[in-house]
Order: sequence, then structure tokens, then C-alpha cells
Amino acid sequence: MVDFLNPTGWALALLQTLLFAAGAPLLVAWVKRIKSRLQNRRGPSLLQPYRDLHKLFGKEAVMAHTASPVFRAAPYIVFGATLIAASVIPMLAVELPTAAIADVIVLVGFLALARFFLALAGMDVGTSFGGMGSSREMLISALAEPAMLMAVFTLTMSAHSTNLSSVIEHVLNSGLLLRPSFLFALLGLLLVAVAETGRIPVDNPATHLELTMVHEAMILEYSGRHLALMEWAAQIKLMLYGVLLANIFLPWGIASTLSAGSLLTGLIAIVVKLALLGVILAVSETVVAKMRLFRVPAFLNLAFMLSLLGMLSHVILEVGA
Amino acid sequence: MNLMHLSLLEQTILVLGALTLFLSFALLPQARLTTMVHLFAWQGGLLALLTAVVASVGGNHHLYVSALLTLALKALLIPWMLHRLIRRLQLERHQERLDRQALVMMTGAALVIFSYWVVLPVARLELANTRNVVGLSLGIIQLGMLLMVVRRQAVAQVIGFMSVENGLFLAAVAATSGMPLVVELGIAFDVLVAAVLFGVFFFHIRESIDSLDVDLLTRLSEAEQEKLASESEGEA
Repeated sequence: MVDFLNPTGWALALLQTLLFAAGAPLLVAWVKRIKSRLQNRRGPSLLQPYRDLHKLFGKEAVMAHTASPVFRAAPYIVFGATLIAASVIPMLAVELPTAAIADVIVLVGFLALARFFLALAGMDVGTSFGGMGSSREMLISALAEPAMLMAVFTLTMSAHSTNLSSVIEHVLNSGLLLRPSFLFALLGLLLVAVAETGRIPVDNPATHLELTMVHEAMILEYSGRHLALMEWAAQIKLMLYGVLLANIFLPWGIASTLSAGSLLTGLIAIVVKLALLGVILAVSETVVAKMRLFRVPAFLNLAFMLSLLGMLSHVILEVGA
Repeated sequence: MNLMHLSLLEQTILVLGALTLFLSFALLPQARLTTMVHLFAWQGGLLALLTAVVASVGGNHHLYVSALLTLALKALLIPWMLHRLIRRLQLERHQERLDRQALVMMTGAALVIFSYWVVLPVARLELANTRNVVGLSLGIIQLGMLLMVVRRQAVAQVIGFMSVENGLFLAAVAATSGMPLVVELGIAFDVLVAAVLFGVFFFHIRESIDSLDVDLLTRLSEAEQEKLASESEGEA
């Protein structure tokens, strides 16, 4: 059981959240770097996203005069909700107090809150691109959320708990098991993660082509520190999904005690896992072409079918009579 | 049943069975015929692998023969024949979109749940450790039938028919470690002959109605033709 009054636990949770914020730009730069290598380019330095963020924070934030307070507040809300969602995920160690007070459904809720304000901000100024981006984002998320929840329910049914920390411990304790349900849930969550973080078959993060952009269309009106917060939140979201996938399905290496040695192992393990995930993402983005917006429902339908099959195979093969 | 009581190889059987079911789902909304044939070939390959794993778990050596037979027939020969047919019928670029794709997929999921419910009493019989695969195989059979119902393209319907046979084979292998070799050989050659006959039929259908869309077959009755003729006369 988690000790809520343990100050080391809270300090570690805080440290882990800060690591999330600090590491997210590095992960994005890593993916970019691998992608450039695969396309025979040199690619920007690994520190480039930090420099971009630093530059944007130093600039003046320009506002459209039609902008309402919602537009002004949205970057802080989006960044805050994403960061809180990230703090719920066990990255270095299990049984941290933040993981114990919020379960996976709260996590999905925080992400939905961030997305809601992002879409509101896109529509606020009244430009056509912002509204278009918001409507597309809501279409994608409305289809992705059932798939994500179905995959999450498959995991929680196996572990008999909706708490991420308990799910990870359950996977750790049961040793090497080939679970068909986890395989399908992993595939379904991978597709959802690609759609939710706006990576290639669904949205292209590297382009400002008006007709295809989704995420970029919503933050088109932002500048200065607001833009920096929005970009940073998107980077944290990518890392959040990466850590979620890596630690639930391959939790080996994560610290189950709060000693310095096991925490160091946990840090090295998650860095290696994220680096590998980044390579997989970069390769898949190089191989796959962006699909038309009208094909996205079919893509997410596949994600939902995979998650549903995960649930079915859990019931039929793993629990059944 | 607790997964932890199964050996790693038995867990592999479950994973392979679930993947076979997934391929049946993937066949359902697939628009391109050549991709359907590829998926069908992968299903045959998975089935062969599963048979080999069952053989090594139970020590049934005759199952290795049927694994090889499955690999040769369902993963290589029949897909190759279907490919050749599609090329000769010039259907490589043919696409058929399902009208209500989401509805069809949900029906498929409902059929799998239904077949699980039907199989529950059978699964309690303690046939083997992997008896739950029977539920999956009944699901694969139902999905094959659903494929034949919702598709209008004759080649797609034949692939549905073949995947029904895959489901039956999976049930036999997983529940009772395979049928006697004679029966298995008989079924394998039946399927092969069916594939050849279907090929001949495709050409006949196309010759008579200039298409492989079987919905057009309903319009071949003479009464309707006379009606059409009288209508056109009336218009004239």
C-alpha cells in the first residue's frame, strides 16, 4: 500500500514530473533526428527543440483583437492538464503517491480536458483554419477515445484494478506470459497513440500545409510564450503515450522500491525503451504515407476492433470456463 | 482457466488462435481482392504454425504432416491459384467497398461473442488445455459465413468459404489434436478441388452476366427480362 505521508514519495513524484517536462523535447528531437537520418539528411541537433522553446519564451505574445479570455487562458490550461496527466503515469517507480490518487480513467479525463480547451482556442479567434482544425481534432478524438478506453479496460480486467501502478505490478509479478489480450491492446493503443499525438498517417507535425493540418491549424494564431506552451504540451503528450506504452506492456526495469540503485535502473530502462520506441516511430513515419482525412475513421475503426478483440480474447481465452 | 498454469508453448497456441481470428476480422472490410488473398494466405500460414505447435506440445507426429499439408495448400497453392484467377479475370484493381462497414464489424464482434456463449458447455468438458480455442474457431466459421453474406463479389465469397474451412480445421486441431490423417487428406483435396471448380465457375458466371457481382444473378429470370422489354417498348 502507498504511504501518502512519505515525503520522499512526493519528492520523487515531483522529480518524475519535472523529468517528463524536461525530457519531452529531447524525445521529439530524437525522433526527428532518426527520421532525417533515414531520409539521408543530417537533421537538426538534439538540442534544437530547447532552443526553439527558449526563443519563443523570449518573444512578445501577439493577440488577435477578436481574442477572448479563453484564448489567453487556453495555453496554461492545456499545458497544466497535460503535465498533471503525465504526473499520473509511473515512469521511474511504481507506488508513487501521485499514481495512487489518480487512476487511468482520470488520465484519459485530463487528456480530454486539454483537448477540449485546445479545440476551444482554435475556434476562439474566428479564423477559418482554426475552426477547421478544431472540428477535425474533435472527429479524431471522438473516434480514438472508445478505442483507448476499450484497450485500457482490457488491461484493467486482467489486473483487477484501474490503477496504473497496480496494473504494472500485476504484469511484473506474473512473469513472462504470452497474453493475446495484451498483444491486441498494445496494437490498438499504438494506433490510438499515433492518432492522438498527431503523428504521420493521421496528421503531419512537420508541415503547415493548410489543407491537411490538424494540430498546427488550431495553434496557428498563437505566438510567443503561448505558442511555446502549446508546443511543449504536445511534446509532453508524445512522451506520455511513449512511457504509457513502454511501462505497461514491457515494465521490466521499473523501480519497485525507492532505493537509489533501483531508481537509477528505472531511469536507464525508460530511456532505452523510449529511444527504441522513437526509432520505431521514425521508421514507421518514413515507411507510411499520410492518409486522407476521410480514411482516418477507418484507421481508428481498426484500432477499436483491435482493442475489442483484446477484450474478447481476454474473456474467451484467459478467463473463460 | 488460469493462463499461468499453461506452458509457454500452450500460450503460443492461444496467441496464434487469436491472431487467426484477427485475420478473419481483417478479411471482412478489405476492399482489394489481392490483399484479401494475401490475408487468407497469412491465415493459412498461421494455422500451419499453430498445428505444428500443437503437434510438439502433444507429441502427435501425424499433426506435423497436416501442418505441412496446410502450409502447402492453404498458404501457398490455393492463394497462388486465386491470384492467377484474379489476374486472368483482370480484377487486380477491382475495389468493393462495404456499404455499412462499422455495422458489419460490430455484427462480427457480436457473432464472436455468440459463438463463445454457444461453446461454453463444450469448453467445460476438459478436452485439452487449449479448449477455449474452440470458441475462437466457431467465431472464425461465423465470420467466414458473414463474409459470404455481405460480399457481392464471387471471388470474395470463395475466400469466405475457404476461411470457414480454416475455422473447422482450427477446431479439430485445438480440441482433439486433429482428425485422422485419412480424413484430413480427404478434406484437403476436397478444398483443392473446390478451388479449381470455383475457378471454372467464375468464368461461366462472367460469360453469362459480364460481371462477377452475384447480385446481378437475380435479374436473369425471363419474366423480368420481358418486363424490362415491355417497359422499354412503352417508353418508345
